Amino acid sequence: MDKVIIADNLSLSYKEFESIISKATFSIDAGSFVFITGASGSGKSTLLKSFYGAIEPRAGSLIVGGVKMNRISTSKLNFLRRHIGIVFQDYKLIKEWTIEKNVMLPLIISGYTKDVSGSQVEKLLGHVKLIHQSGKYPPELSGGEQQRVAMARALAHNPILILADEPTGNLDDYSSQVIWNLLEGANTQLKTTIIVVTHHIPDGLNVPYKHFHIELGNIHEVA
Amino acid sequence: MKSLKNHISLIIALFTVLFSVQIYVGVDRTIAAYETHLKNDYSIIVVANKSLTEPEFKAMHSLIERSEAISVDQVLQRLQGEMSKKNLDLLRITLPKFYRLYLNRFPTPEEITKLQKRLQSNAAIQRVEGYSQTHDTVYKLMLLFKDVVQIFSIAIAAVTSLLILKEMRLWQFQHADRMSIMALFGAPVWLRSAVLFRLAIVDAIIATIILCLAFFMIDQYGWMDVLLHTVGIDVQLFDFLGDSLRSLLIALGVSILLTLTIVIGHQEEE
Repeated sequence: MDKVIIADNLSLSYKEFESIISKATFSIDAGSFVFITGASGSGKSTLLKSFYGAIEPRAGSLIVGGVKMNRISTSKLNFLRRHIGIVFQDYKLIKEWTIEKNVMLPLIISGYTKDVSGSQVEKLLGHVKLIHQSGKYPPELSGGEQQRVAMARALAHNPILILADEPTGNLDDYSSQVIWNLLEGANTQLKTTIIVVTHHIPDGLNVPYKHFHIELGNIHEVA
Repeated sequence: MKSLKNHISLIIALFTVLFSVQIYVGVDRTIAAYETHLKNDYSIIVVANKSLTEPEFKAMHSLIERSEAISVDQVLQRLQGEMSKKNLDLLRITLPKFYRLYLNRFPTPEEITKLQKRLQSNAAIQRVEGYSQTHDTVYKLMLLFKDVVQIFSIAIAAVTSLLILKEMRLWQFQHADRMSIMALFGAPVWLRSAVLFRLAIVDAIIATIILCLAFFMIDQYGWMDVLLHTVGIDVQLFDFLGDSLRSLLIALGVSILLTLTIVIGHQEEE
């Protein structure tokens, strides 16, 4: 099976002598569903950031989607990010844009026509049960609704990889369920690789998944 | 309304830049017109003991544009009743030749002194009158006026720079979130910044239009035109085509530079 992420002796840190992740070696198969857990401050989010190039490896190597992340050029990083969908705990929606335009963002960046983008956005907003809110702006929606918009945006361009950082951390049960259903659907139907950083793995998932745990800078797979 | 507020801040800053530049240009043009006005009124009287031609005068100094002989007939006519014809004829022969010299531009006091010395060094020239006292006073006033305008323009430029810097920081703050989010989805720099560039270009055009309208009104109907006419200066304060184009280029230059500073200075969110 192809590997979507390969880490070899990967070390990550913000300061020179303080490694958050230390000499981690692991790989993630394409099309798999992966949870990364760990205590607060253990380096879960930092590891996720390294997958989309927001932090560079301090040592070792990291390959994401066939692209080496060490000293990656801006153009290569932009190319890679156009094939990744990211969901943040704080949603990161553009406040001045309507819900529809927010979901359309990855399609605009990838250069899709308005017709294609429009129908894709309509379909996704239907899936997240927000089609009637498409003309509204993010601050007009609840937290749960905003996260559903962020989820729709992450799926809009059919990415090969979805990275989710505590996607249901602050959500009500209904919104959480919508998010998990969408992630499951993307994984089973579109074979999208899903990597979720969370404190708690939800019960009742209908997909097989792998579980990595971070402790004291070391990553190990939980059987 | 929110969008209008975003626009107004930059439009005011750009308008201030354009206004100070246009004021400086206008004053410069007024002074140039005034210099021409003074030059036309200004002449040097030369008394010579023999006839001198215009090429001879021109050869003496490059500042001399033309010469004009002053007729002595009027003076001699007044003496007709008091003197015999023979004496008058004798007087006509012995009287020196008077010339009025016109210059090709308004000279500095130093140039006047040099010119006078150069003329006086000619054996045929007996006396030169350059009205240096009047000249100095007017010219010193003009220089003072120019200095005041320069200081005024520098002060405006300094204040405007502060305004633009403040606006720049505001823009950076306002657009940082959106640019960071777009970057997370792989938007190239030009796409992330497209909105900023569009905003900057639109504001530059609006600021230029406002400036053109303001100066067109001042030039055509304003009190400035009347004031200048009363002191004998006829000047076009605002050249619609040339000045509009220059203002537009300055406004676009400043606003695009501002946008580039924001784009280059933007730190991607980690």
